[in-house]
Amino acid sequence: MSSLDFDVAHLLSGLMVLVCFVMLYQDRLYSLLNTFALHAVVLALAVAWQAYIQAAPHLYVTAAIALIFKGMVIPVALHRLIRRMDIHREVETVGGVGPTMLLGLTLVALSISVMLPVTAAAGTLAREDLAFALSVVLLGLLIMITRRNAVSQVVGFMSLENGLVLAATGAKGMPLVVEISVAFSILIAFIVIGIFLFRIRERFDTVDVTALDTVRGDRR
Amino acid sequence: MNGLGAYALGGVLLIPVVFAAILAMSPGYRLSARLNVVASGAGFLCALVLIGQRPAVNDFLFVDDLNIVFLILNTFIGFTTSVFSASYIRHELETGRLTPLYLRFYHAMYQVMLAGMSLALAAQNVGLMWVAVELATLTTVVMVGIYRTHEALEAAWKYFILGSVGIALALFGTILVYLAAQPVVGEGLNAMSWLQLVAHASRFDPALLNLAFIFLLLGYGTKVGLAPLHAWLPDAHAEGPTPISAVLSGLLLNVALYAVLRFKVVMAANPGALAPGPLLITMGLVSVVFAAFMLYRRRDIKRMFAYSSIEHMGIIAFAFGMGGPLANFAGLLHMTMHSLTKSAIFFAVGHVAQAKGTQKLSDMGGLTVTHPALGWGLVVGVVAILGVPPTGVFMSEFLVVSSTFARQPLLAIPLVVGLLVAFGALILRMQQVVFGAPKGESHPVQASYVPMIVHLGIVLTAGIFLPPAVVAWFQNVARSLG
Repeated sequence: MSSLDFDVAHLLSGLMVLVCFVMLYQDRLYSLLNTFALHAVVLALAVAWQAYIQAAPHLYVTAAIALIFKGMVIPVALHRLIRRMDIHREVETVGGVGPTMLLGLTLVALSISVMLPVTAAAGTLAREDLAFALSVVLLGLLIMITRRNAVSQVVGFMSLENGLVLAATGAKGMPLVVEISVAFSILIAFIVIGIFLFRIRERFDTVDVTALDTVRGDRR
Repeated sequence: MNGLGAYALGGVLLIPVVFAAILAMSPGYRLSARLNVVASGAGFLCALVLIGQRPAVNDFLFVDDLNIVFLILNTFIGFTTSVFSASYIRHELETGRLTPLYLRFYHAMYQVMLAGMSLALAAQNVGLMWVAVELATLTTVVMVGIYRTHEALEAAWKYFILGSVGIALALFGTILVYLAAQPVVGEGLNAMSWLQLVAHASRFDPALLNLAFIFLLLGYGTKVGLAPLHAWLPDAHAEGPTPISAVLSGLLLNVALYAVLRFKVVMAANPGALAPGPLLITMGLVSVVFAAFMLYRRRDIKRMFAYSSIEHMGIIAFAFGMGGPLANFAGLLHMTMHSLTKSAIFFAVGHVAQAKGTQKLSDMGGLTVTHPALGWGLVVGVVAILGVPPTGVFMSEFLVVSSTFARQPLLAIPLVVGLLVAFGALILRMQQVVFGAPKGESHPVQASYVPMIVHLGIVLTAGIFLPPAVVAWFQNVARSLG
């Protein structure tokens, strides 16, 4: 394996972590969505590169799903949804940008310090790829936690899932990767776009999850 | 010989899929409710055939001593719940809580969910199992939100977010397992097959396996509803239609637990890896004690029994965490008994909530006077779930506690405290609801009591007489679990 293979793979997965940080401080829904589209495009590139260096043509399918579905269809659909529901105001974030970024940095440090020693036996490529992938997963969780808004929570979940796809493609020769990415796409398409947002909009004219928090089972 | 088994397994997996398509298109609730019963019944019969006729193992599917227990239990409760659902749904339609269109959707989803759970249990491949668990989760999320009230949507949203995060963590764990297996087993499907994983686990990298198990335990543990990952469970149980609460408690939690168990066997086969037992014991004990105390503050009847499910999943996780033939046997038995009893309780609770027009405990009272069959059914169910002597739950709980006393007496103390606290809480609430002067509104209900009576009958019989064949079988499975 040449060092170019290596460097490009790391460049792309590193870029994904970087874009995650960019998402972390977006405080408008539109810009959050655009950043997410960029995240998906970088994921598609990273997966396509893995497909190329592992000579695994089926991974191109995963890359195509990432590019078309997550890079284009979902952001466009969410854009429309936001416009139609008239919610393109600021995203509330829980806690300030500074602490959130610091927490994000800590998570990246954590995942690197956890993954690198543990995966010593696995190939170098898989190793660092996994460390980056875990960072993306944890940052996706952080995005979900720091947002109150249903749309941005979904964006957080999708970026988390991008990290999982990155990990799955980095594991050399893993079967069912395509199926898993399809299953994830179905999860997202089915639940998020189709059912939830429509219902929530129909009932409350808002997709702000705090509006849902008013009733907690035991306090009625 | 193999042919019949393969057809039976195909039936268990494909009948629900085919019927889901039919049910999605068939108007009229009477017909679809009946078709739903027929489909679930056929699935159960196919699962019974699997006892005698095992299909050949292939890369994706297999049936062994462990998963057949789960398969039969799942298809059986799926079947009885569909019978209950038919009478439950009629009332919901009459009161306008569900529209015919939603009902069509509900029946189709019910079958898809059964298919997803059976696939998860029969999967020979960790990746396939993950996809199947995801499918089952997805359908239950939609069904929890089907009433489209504030509360239902909040519950479904919470379930969706927590469930997806759990399932995402489980996938990361699955990838790590593959990475651990790949150098030993080689690339490709073999490195994700259960049989290959168990056979070669001793040569896997222990550090990778440890990390993988942590992710898997957190991921699937969320779906089992173990404290502190249980937050979605009470809401999802309380706000969805009651047949779904019954299926969630009786089946879906078991499926997730099955996944944890399988990975536990892989972990146990590797001498260098972390012992999975203490982790399970800790989460189990925390769940038991936590849920027991939470039971006192419940005001919603379905939510209360949801907490009781957390408690019982805690007991089961604890038993499997202790390990060894006796504790594993007790765990398996308790799982079976809990599934049967808890779904019976939800069958009763579903009609009680319809009769009273509310789920609030404070608005209920004197059920034995106004609705004797329902009231006494609930009494028997609660008594059974509390583990009062002549019931099956008593036997399994007794085995768990006594085997713990023999090996780790200190661990038995919090367990027994949790059990007693829960006992007090449920007895207290049951008395308010069932005995005394009738309270609140009271509507007549057209309930079908058969599923509830059958379940409780099995539980009572099992407490007195457990067929030797079943005992031998469970012992065999318990030994294989290590």
